[in-house]
Amino acid sequence: MKKQSLLSRLQQILPQDAVLHQAEDLRPYECDGLSAYRQLPLVVALPDTIEQVQSILRLCHELDVPVVARGAGTGLSGGALPHTDGILLSLAKFSEIISINPEQRTAIVQPGVRNLAISEAASEYGLYYAPDPSSQIACTIGGNIAENSGGVHCLKYGLTVHNIQQIKIITIQGELLTLGGSGLDSPGYDLLALLTGSEGMLGVIVEATVKLLPEPAVARVILAAFDDVVKAGEAVGNIISDGIIPAGLEMMDKLAIKAAEAFVNAGYPLDADAILLCELDGGLCEVTEHVKRVKTILDHYGATEVRVAQDENERMAFWKGRKAAFPAVGRLSPDYYCMDGTIPRKHLPEVLRRMGELSTEYGLAVANVFHAGDGNLHPLILYDANTPGELERTEEFGGRILEMCVEVGGSITGEHGVGLEKINQMCVQFASSELSQFHAIKDAFDPKGLLNPGKAVPTLHRCAEFGAMHVHHGKLPHPELERF
Amino acid sequence: MPEINGQFSGQDASQALARQIEQAYHNHTVLNITGGGSKAFYGQHTQGEQLDATRHHGIINYQPTELVITARAGTRLSDIEKVLRENRQMLGFEPPGFSPHATLGGTIACNFSGPRRAYRGAARDYVLGSRIITGKGEIQQFGGEVMKNVAGYDVSRLMCGAMGTLGLILDVSLKVIPLPEAERSLLLECSLEQALNYMHRWVQQSLPLSASAYLDGKLYIRLASNEGGIQQAQQIIGGDTIDENFWHLLKEQQLAFFNTEKPLWRLSLASNSPALKLNGETLYEWGGALRWLRSDESADKIRHTVETLGGHAIFFKNNTQQIDPFHELSPGVQALHRQLKNAFDPANILNPVRMYADI
Repeated sequence: MKKQSLLSRLQQILPQDAVLHQAEDLRPYECDGLSAYRQLPLVVALPDTIEQVQSILRLCHELDVPVVARGAGTGLSGGALPHTDGILLSLAKFSEIISINPEQRTAIVQPGVRNLAISEAASEYGLYYAPDPSSQIACTIGGNIAENSGGVHCLKYGLTVHNIQQIKIITIQGELLTLGGSGLDSPGYDLLALLTGSEGMLGVIVEATVKLLPEPAVARVILAAFDDVVKAGEAVGNIISDGIIPAGLEMMDKLAIKAAEAFVNAGYPLDADAILLCELDGGLCEVTEHVKRVKTILDHYGATEVRVAQDENERMAFWKGRKAAFPAVGRLSPDYYCMDGTIPRKHLPEVLRRMGELSTEYGLAVANVFHAGDGNLHPLILYDANTPGELERTEEFGGRILEMCVEVGGSITGEHGVGLEKINQMCVQFASSELSQFHAIKDAFDPKGLLNPGKAVPTLHRCAEFGAMHVHHGKLPHPELERF
Repeated sequence: MPEINGQFSGQDASQALARQIEQAYHNHTVLNITGGGSKAFYGQHTQGEQLDATRHHGIINYQPTELVITARAGTRLSDIEKVLRENRQMLGFEPPGFSPHATLGGTIACNFSGPRRAYRGAARDYVLGSRIITGKGEIQQFGGEVMKNVAGYDVSRLMCGAMGTLGLILDVSLKVIPLPEAERSLLLECSLEQALNYMHRWVQQSLPLSASAYLDGKLYIRLASNEGGIQQAQQIIGGDTIDENFWHLLKEQQLAFFNTEKPLWRLSLASNSPALKLNGETLYEWGGALRWLRSDESADKIRHTVETLGGHAIFFKNNTQQIDPFHELSPGVQALHRQLKNAFDPANILNPVRMYADI
């Protein structure tokens, strides 16, 4: 009955073909990039004007209907998993680049514009949009902002939060608000930062002004092979302490190298235990000198082989292997589970060693792809979902990797977001008081808790239940809560 | 490079500060948060019991190879900059101090950034994590010491520019960057129109700009790269080499332009906005995106002019008539401010009225 009345109200707001409610039409929306979790929504709404979004959210607010916003659905943490009693709000029709202003180095875009499409459109001015998540060919800017997406160039050029200037959002009450401004700052609290990475919990983004950068005059990439992961890690620290900030600094371990090489023939050395890819960009003089210095450092810290890409083709080949690493690893195994922890870089050897021990303990292989410059690990756990219990073992293994990241001073997520996937590990990362603060922030925007409910921030009760299973150092986390 | 962890002195007053705030929460005592006093002129004055954040000082952790420094809020900015310089690193946002007593906490609470801001980002862009005390006296920690962390809402960045109204900043972790290998400052004489044109053109090219300013027919540009890179860029830009101390005087507002009793306004707007039709003298920074205006024009006229261009105006200094220092917010955004204030400081005891009358 509720579905019928919701449908008829929605159909007053949207044309018939913009409201999907038959099971076969809902199926494509049942999951995002984390396909292990699936759930059909009650209904899918496909608005194409800001006014329609406002009306839909007002309706949800009036009828207490949960609403989950979705861009391209490439997220890896289940952030866009539909709510069984709710509306799945697709922003896919908001796919227009409204304007590019080369003097201001900004672009005004709708949320459904693909990440890569911005750089493609800006290239006629010699400009580009810097954050480049691996999914950039498909993922949309609205989702990038909701997740504060990163990419391989974060260390030098920052995350999404550093590269946006203004957003327009619709609140759950249906109000259109502008956060940020035309200048480099805006009055009042930094709500632009608060909304960035808020995983659709505080408002729905309907427009963004992003910053553009001039394309670098020169980009060179160096490939270095090591017979020991620890040596590769040391080399990374020494490049940085030499005063060089590479545009990208990536590490792959033996299993990832093998998989990538078999998949795309990037020319990677197969006998190496680890390879580093170091990209340097900027003006010709600076890059030329930095290439020399980096080569010297790599040699000094025991690289068994150092190759500088001789031309653009070779540079693209070096990167192709890294960018194809996930699907390449996917070929080794029926399924893989991609993790996203961050650590202070100095703990890399210890974390890799302990991960190896866990791999043996769980009987599951792990390939490692690592944004080495900024300490962001992407362990890929290989498993077979058709083997009973293996997904559960994989999730438990993944959870222990994330808890280890927190233990060494890192975080449970560097760029993929918490979503539904890491909601239990939030209880490890934060104390009750901090989680309560997050809920208070949520209440300030969405007191009825209708925007993406159940994601990103766990309830304290959930943490109490989870904590009962995970006792660290003999201490119960969240001891003030009653146990179930 | 060796780790420096552990060799710093300092004092951890977090428990005492938390107790003072907790007590104030129970007694509804308004607190006036103070640091080195270098920014006391900024915003409205809060009448209340003093909460002295300088008691909590010292660098906690600095590891040059990790590009991260963590320090207590009462640490002097100059002490942080000195330690970084010794390791050939710096704060990328080049914050002004306005006094040798300036502290890290005050700098972050005001989100103050200097000439490098347009090219390397603002204070808020470098904040990786923080520990705060809420208006209920609870110590909470957000973010961390890693470059990437998207767990939970970005409360650390929310504290930047909140002027202590949402929480007392206890400790801050900042990303740091290497010192440039070389820097050169250039001067070109040209009209305002030409200067804005130049700045917009250069910023679209891959040039190593690190600062820009225009005042009285003179365009000032700073380049940061290696020697070869600077020479290459100078061939495109031209101009005469000048002393780099200009940028220090600009940042600290020690240029003659700032020596005035007239109202001083800080205008933030799109870099390619035209010259504004407002009486008074203007100093341009950040490629045109920041404009300092010495003017007797009415606040309404200044604010209206800037607002129509999507920007905002802060009454920065010499505000003798108690005009609202900060730009009015839209009603919806203002309502969110009140609700957020209530979420962090329900008794409204932390620096009330310092920013806006109702938070």
